[in-house]
Amino acid sequence: MSTSTRILNGKVYDPINKVDGEIKDICIKDGKIVESVGDDATRIDAAGMVIMPGGVDIHCHIAGPKVNLARKLQPEDHRHDPHPGTPFTRSGSGGTVPSTFATGYRYATLGYTTAMEAAVTPIGARHTLEELHDTPVIDKGFYVLLGNNIFLQQLLKEGRKEEFKHAIAWWINSTKAFTTKLVNPGGDEPWKGKKNSNVSDIDEKPNSNDISPRQIIEAFIEAVNELGLPHPPHIHCNNLGHSGNYKTTLETMRTAGDRRAHLAHIQFHSYAGELGKNPTSAAREIADYINKHPNISCDVGQVMFGKSTIMTADAPLAYMLRGIAKGKWVNADTECESGCGIVPFSYQEHVYVHALQWAIGLELFLLSEDPWRIILSTDHPNGGSFMNYPKLIKLLMDSSFRKEELSRANQKAVNKTLLPDLEREYTLNEIAIITRAGPAKCLGLNNKGHLGPGADADITIYDDQADKEIMFNAPRYVFKSGTPIISNHEFCQDHDGRLLHVAPAYDETIVDTVRPFFEDYYSIEFDNYAVDDSYLHDHEIIPVRN
Amino acid sequence: MSDNIKTVKNATCTFCGCVCDDMELTVDLDAKRITKAKNACVLGRAWFAEHTIQDGPAAMIDGKEVTLEEAIEEAAQVLTSAKFPITYGLSDTTCEAQRQAVAITDFIRGSIDTTTSVCHGPSGLAFQGVGESTMTLGEVKNRADFIMYWGGNPAESHPRHFTRYTVTPKGMFTPNGKKDRTVVLVDVRKTPSTPVADIFLQVKPGKDFELAWAMRALVKGHKVDSSIENETGVSLEVLEDLVQRMKNCNYGVLFMGMGLTMTRGRHFNSGAIMALAADLNEFTHFVAKPVRGHGNVTGADNVVSWQTGYPFGVNFSKGYPRFNPGEFTTVDTLSRCDADAALIIASDPAANFPQAAINHLGSIPVVSFDTKETATSKLAHVAFRTSTYGINTGGTVYRMDDVPITLRPAFESPFPSDEDILTPLRKRVQEIVIGKSKAKGAGAGVTRAASPVK
Repeated sequence: MSTSTRILNGKVYDPINKVDGEIKDICIKDGKIVESVGDDATRIDAAGMVIMPGGVDIHCHIAGPKVNLARKLQPEDHRHDPHPGTPFTRSGSGGTVPSTFATGYRYATLGYTTAMEAAVTPIGARHTLEELHDTPVIDKGFYVLLGNNIFLQQLLKEGRKEEFKHAIAWWINSTKAFTTKLVNPGGDEPWKGKKNSNVSDIDEKPNSNDISPRQIIEAFIEAVNELGLPHPPHIHCNNLGHSGNYKTTLETMRTAGDRRAHLAHIQFHSYAGELGKNPTSAAREIADYINKHPNISCDVGQVMFGKSTIMTADAPLAYMLRGIAKGKWVNADTECESGCGIVPFSYQEHVYVHALQWAIGLELFLLSEDPWRIILSTDHPNGGSFMNYPKLIKLLMDSSFRKEELSRANQKAVNKTLLPDLEREYTLNEIAIITRAGPAKCLGLNNKGHLGPGADADITIYDDQADKEIMFNAPRYVFKSGTPIISNHEFCQDHDGRLLHVAPAYDETIVDTVRPFFEDYYSIEFDNYAVDDSYLHDHEIIPVRN
Repeated sequence: MSDNIKTVKNATCTFCGCVCDDMELTVDLDAKRITKAKNACVLGRAWFAEHTIQDGPAAMIDGKEVTLEEAIEEAAQVLTSAKFPITYGLSDTTCEAQRQAVAITDFIRGSIDTTTSVCHGPSGLAFQGVGESTMTLGEVKNRADFIMYWGGNPAESHPRHFTRYTVTPKGMFTPNGKKDRTVVLVDVRKTPSTPVADIFLQVKPGKDFELAWAMRALVKGHKVDSSIENETGVSLEVLEDLVQRMKNCNYGVLFMGMGLTMTRGRHFNSGAIMALAADLNEFTHFVAKPVRGHGNVTGADNVVSWQTGYPFGVNFSKGYPRFNPGEFTTVDTLSRCDADAALIIASDPAANFPQAAINHLGSIPVVSFDTKETATSKLAHVAFRTSTYGINTGGTVYRMDDVPITLRPAFESPFPSDEDILTPLRKRVQEIVIGKSKAKGAGAGVTRAASPVK
């Protein structure tokens, strides 16, 4: 096959280039989109089909230490959902936490070609990179957990802001991460060191000489901004899942001022009501704030009814859910860096809280005025598997389907939300924004999420069908970096994908500042900690902003 | 000793699951041997001293020297023509090699299993049943004020476990080391590890489950009858005192040895310990961890899990992974005479498996990988001599607490690494499999996308 391809007659949705459903040729050469190709190019007739850039998942949990624990934990979840191999693709197992190969191939079968693992301990970076190397087709990267890093908090307590910034940059370079991740900042120390307690307020200081979650959040936003990372700090707020937590969420967003911040799985942080009692919806309050503040982006973390796996660096949260699920539970403490909790879970229509969570997610999508800053996610596999994305798209695009689903959910819960009155239906162009163009922009991936010349030729071609769930579940063609991966619904080639990471500059003397702490309190040698380039497969350094 | 000496700092000892990465190796490059291993324990010193280069062919077929290419071709033919090929071992090689080994097994639709199935496999099953509250070893060093070892003798099996990670090191919230900790040992007899303990419980052999379950009852506030002493050998008063200490500590740790997993009760024993640790979190922070044996057995668990979804005992005969210990574990596939070819990597089952399994292994074509001549390599049809991980070759190993570490090789070996051979073997196997599939006229890979709705 020649290296150039021309896709003709398809209806193109390319919001970054303001193409909304035009019939237009798309040309590919050497893995990139180009203006035109010669007559010898392979031709694909896409008449009756919809062409979009490959999907970009801004927040999922697909690789690394906690994901692998969750995989090992649930043979029952794999057993009913095998992923057969072919002579040129690897086999695997599915369920809510698929094996690495199944993860890559299944993203491809939805037309997704990029995904970001959202929470990795620095000491687990090497493991994560090995798994990502074994995750085929998609381009991928990860966010490194630094919000409960004891050494970084010490620097903050001592007011050493400049060193704090350089240490963050050192950690990102040492792990090959894409950005920083904060999870329940300030909550680890009470969990591990104070008999499983937690912080409950953004301004709380567990000890008088401690710093508050707000101080941590503010310092990260400032430092990451100064470092010019393409994606701002990715924040999992305090109080996830608790009634009344929307106030913490609003305060977190206010802490950013007019600087960029990304709020992860915001649905889980949009609850009104009294702590300890059943929640109600605060989607309106949260959506209003986001609508008025263009510096804020978020992904929704939609809950989908059915099996999920809770996996989070927010260990106290997982412990709380263990009390609800009453089944097996994993807690995994990582020295000086993070906590972690895993609980197999299931969201059920008839349960008040679950139905409310489902409705709040949809409210947030439908109340949000700027699709570029509200990204589609299920916080895979926390709200449900990424394999639910086609159904979620149908819920957004088809209000009659939404009403049908709504009628099956706990009525007491859904009637406390605005959802029954929301008639909005997403257009295909808006879907292209919340699944591709928007996340690519939020991530600062200039070559992703669009089909203009110079873009990576990550392309998905769907049959244009009335039932959007069927349509988004079964792309007819998927191209990754110009290579046809799926052709006429069948895998035709394998692909490794690339690792996406950043490499901000830093003052190298910071190593001398980190080393003594490390030698005292870590259990591996400092010189064996940083990940070397041998762990990168095909990779791309995304440049920092100047 | 020659003058051609180099030192390697921060090298890693891959002898046991401690994977200590603070070795300072003195290497005689002319003699191709490590003359000194500073910081190593007695086992580590022997590991480094004894891995010298011995002359011999890198590849043999039926005991006769052949080229690597010939041996790889023969191995590929043997493995792809078998109906029930099995892969076994993997705990003493790098993750890079393990990844290739799982890939080969996937393409030949065989069974993959690791030495986990004959050591902490039951803990793996218990993990699937109850989960685990656990930690990296640095957390123990920094925080643990209550440490309990159950069914193990680390002083002899993991000599630096006490001193580098758990009992004596001074950490962030344990500035006085051992003085800040209560150490408890549970075992069926006194061992060289016993002196380190503040409290020693001698449990009757085969009564670990009963003892752990009684402790769970006490933690939950249930009444336990004083007959527990007659049953387990430990009095109710001692147990009540112990449970109080566990509930009152700030950060408690339970380490599990093979005395739990390879005796009566097996995964019930490990499960009881994991459940006990989980229960204690109602009162304080409590964690548990199996003390793993081989240098990279934890890596093998991780690699097999991320590639297949299951940790060991996995079969690909239907074209996708299935997990069934007892059916697909190696002792069983051999003893039942199911396997008709075997790929054995960095392990010597012919020396330590049950006789029925060894007998069958001797009757089928075996492809073996080892650094030395072993009972398995002697009976192998194709035998590869490879270099030693951590001494001659780099790569990744996982410590018993899932922390990955990059190896720093000390000197070059004339022999290739496991990965150096497994990678071309995987490619050749895949070529043959694709060729066979084309010959059968099979189409391209059918995706889930072909049947869109659930």
